[in-house]
Amino acid sequence: MTNGAVMQGLVIRNLVKEYVPGTPVLRGINLTIAAQGITAIIGPSGTGKSTLLRCINQLVEPTQGEIRLNGEDLVPLKGRALRLARRRIGMVFQEYNLVERLSVMENVLSGRLGYVSFWRAWLRRYAEEDIARAFELLEAVGLPEQATRRADALSGGQRQRVGIARALMQRPELLLADEPTSSLDPRTAIEIMELMTGLATSARIPLVVNIHNVDLARRFAQRVIGMAGGEIVFDGPPEKLEASHLRQIYGGEDWL
Amino acid sequence: MTASSLRQRAFPPHWGARAAFVALALYAAYAFAQLDITAGRLAIGMGEAGRFLGRMWPPNFARWELLLEGLLESLQIAVISSALGILLALPLGLMAARNLSPWPLAMVTRGFIAFCRSLHYVIVAILFVKAIGFGALAGVAALTIASMGFIAKLFAEAIEEISMKQVEAIRATGAGFGAVLIYGVLPQVASRFVGFSLYQLDSNLRNSTLVGIVGAGGIGGTLFAAFKRFDYDFVAAILLAIIALIFLAEVISGRIRALLR
Amino acid sequence: MNALMREWQRYTPAERFGRWAAYFIIVLALVWAVRGIEIIPEFLTDAPEQMLDLLARMWPPDLGHYHPAVHQALIETLHIASLGTLFSFIFAVPLALMAARNICPYAGLNALAQLLLVTSRSVNSLVWALIFVAIFGPGAAAGTFAIAFRSIGFVGKLLAEALEEISPGPLEALRATGATNSHVILKGAWPQVAPAFWGVALFRWDINIRESAVLGLVGAGGIGVVLDDAINFFQWDRVATILLAILVIVILAEIIVTKLRARLI
Repeated sequence: MTNGAVMQGLVIRNLVKEYVPGTPVLRGINLTIAAQGITAIIGPSGTGKSTLLRCINQLVEPTQGEIRLNGEDLVPLKGRALRLARRRIGMVFQEYNLVERLSVMENVLSGRLGYVSFWRAWLRRYAEEDIARAFELLEAVGLPEQATRRADALSGGQRQRVGIARALMQRPELLLADEPTSSLDPRTAIEIMELMTGLATSARIPLVVNIHNVDLARRFAQRVIGMAGGEIVFDGPPEKLEASHLRQIYGGEDWL
Repeated sequence: MTASSLRQRAFPPHWGARAAFVALALYAAYAFAQLDITAGRLAIGMGEAGRFLGRMWPPNFARWELLLEGLLESLQIAVISSALGILLALPLGLMAARNLSPWPLAMVTRGFIAFCRSLHYVIVAILFVKAIGFGALAGVAALTIASMGFIAKLFAEAIEEISMKQVEAIRATGAGFGAVLIYGVLPQVASRFVGFSLYQLDSNLRNSTLVGIVGAGGIGGTLFAAFKRFDYDFVAAILLAIIALIFLAEVISGRIRALLR
Repeated sequence: MNALMREWQRYTPAERFGRWAAYFIIVLALVWAVRGIEIIPEFLTDAPEQMLDLLARMWPPDLGHYHPAVHQALIETLHIASLGTLFSFIFAVPLALMAARNICPYAGLNALAQLLLVTSRSVNSLVWALIFVAIFGPGAAAGTFAIAFRSIGFVGKLLAEALEEISPGPLEALRATGATNSHVILKGAWPQVAPAFWGVALFRWDINIRESAVLGLVGAGGIGVVLDDAINFFQWDRVATILLAILVIVILAEIIVTKLRARLI
């Protein structure tokens, strides 16, 4: 890495997170994610997958380590600088986390909150192009007619589509998804994964997705990362992922 | 197995509850004696009550202008003190919510709110009357403090009950604190806030008919004066008017609440 | 790009009109109220100074005054609040049963009970105190009755609501066994409303502690009497002591109620 060529993509070095001092949830994660492509993180519940994702956009403050997005270290950022960094990272949540009493359109536009002033946000004075883009995104996720419905009137799959539109509304440089399909039925889960991976690929941004469904990970990701006990125990293409790895990740073998 | 032990197995006696009931009964007897409430006194009171009611009837609306003036002043006190109280309660409620506010600030604010709520508004009204003189202003000040404490507590509780997931999602977009409040918090609590505010307007209307008793404006002053002059037929008129006003307010706010739902 | 509607408005025109109308009414009411109220500018500018002056006179509180005068009055206040609460149940429970439409099937009785409950609630405890002072003469008896009569409406309303919310299944099952009405109430309705009942009782007791502290201002006994005396004689250091005593008792009552509720419900 030289001055001229800043390292593109996401670089995580020696990331440690301890919620309670002395009991680390993440034990020194080292990870480089290229500027494009789909990466799936698999692992049992409670192994720190969600914490890892939330450390990247600092919803959880790392205890130590370095997280560089396209060259800039995010860990030391505070206040305004942190908000500017967050708006470069889109996030899709397990339980959609839409603001239920706002309309679909307001939820999608809330992806622009990092860009507009407080008063504009309050009065909903968004730029014309933002509203136009919001309509485009709603169409892209398959909800062109739902703009004025309230978010709590939608089904789970529809809500997650809105969640994806909100994340893309930020025009992010990186898309994170925390168990985006765990609250959905199997068929909707596949549709959502197809939609999300398709949109990330066409926007040419990397997608990092936490997922506990190994089949979905194999099917959609170009790279699989297995975590166990707060550490990375497998890193490679899905074809290389074998039963022995899964035993190492999830423990035991009765379930296989 | 004997019958009594069967009964005991089916209905195990709850000794704690029984002891509590006995203690309550003993306390009631003791307190009646302490307060000197005896059968004889009650009998005399019944007779007095009859005479009192007799003098109240028929209600005398001859001085209706005085009555109307007092009622309107009470209404004005209620409107202003509700508006001020709600306005002041918004930041206080946010500051007292432990999920959004840093805990030292939340604790200090909670203490302040508890203090505001602990003193009865009539006592606060007396203090204001002594400090800033007789009149509606003292009533407005007293009821503002009471509403502020009451609503801020409800606001804080409502904010503490919101889903933090929605807040987290808005934070993740890079929104500033103000935008997080407007998009992540306000939609979740707005309808409850409106409900609390209506409720407070309602209860301020009740209370504003009263602060006049200590000289803080409104119909209460007229009522107290009538009592002191044994003008019981005018008292009856005032009481009927107050009840009608409160009843009307309750009906209207009930309608508004139904509309908002 | 197709000819899809690209306009986005947060509210429909009707909604927007409604909101503006509501704002307009609020502003209008405020303007009317502020203009109507007599504000003497000298009083207003003077207020902070006068307030500080009052606080300065209160400091330090005359704690020596607490025993025995304030203490006895405080105990009397507690008695008034507790007895008044107990006493209110004698009327509130039958009225609540009468008002609950699923318990009492007679519309006339429902309406009568509601009317009595509303009357009780509409008259403030201080006004009830004025009435009972006129009947019993000054003293704690008037205060106790004032608290009781104000509480009837509050307790009765909440109890009636709790009764109307109970599930009809158990009542039906009991009726099917041939039980009488009183049995149905005792074994079908009561177990369902018991938690609400205790909750309401404690809640009202807590409120009554606050309310009974001011009844003395109109001569209905309790700590308000000593407060009134101290204020009339401008003994502000004593006033401070009394206010502190009220503050402590009110906060204690709230803590006790919170603890008890957590155990009962």
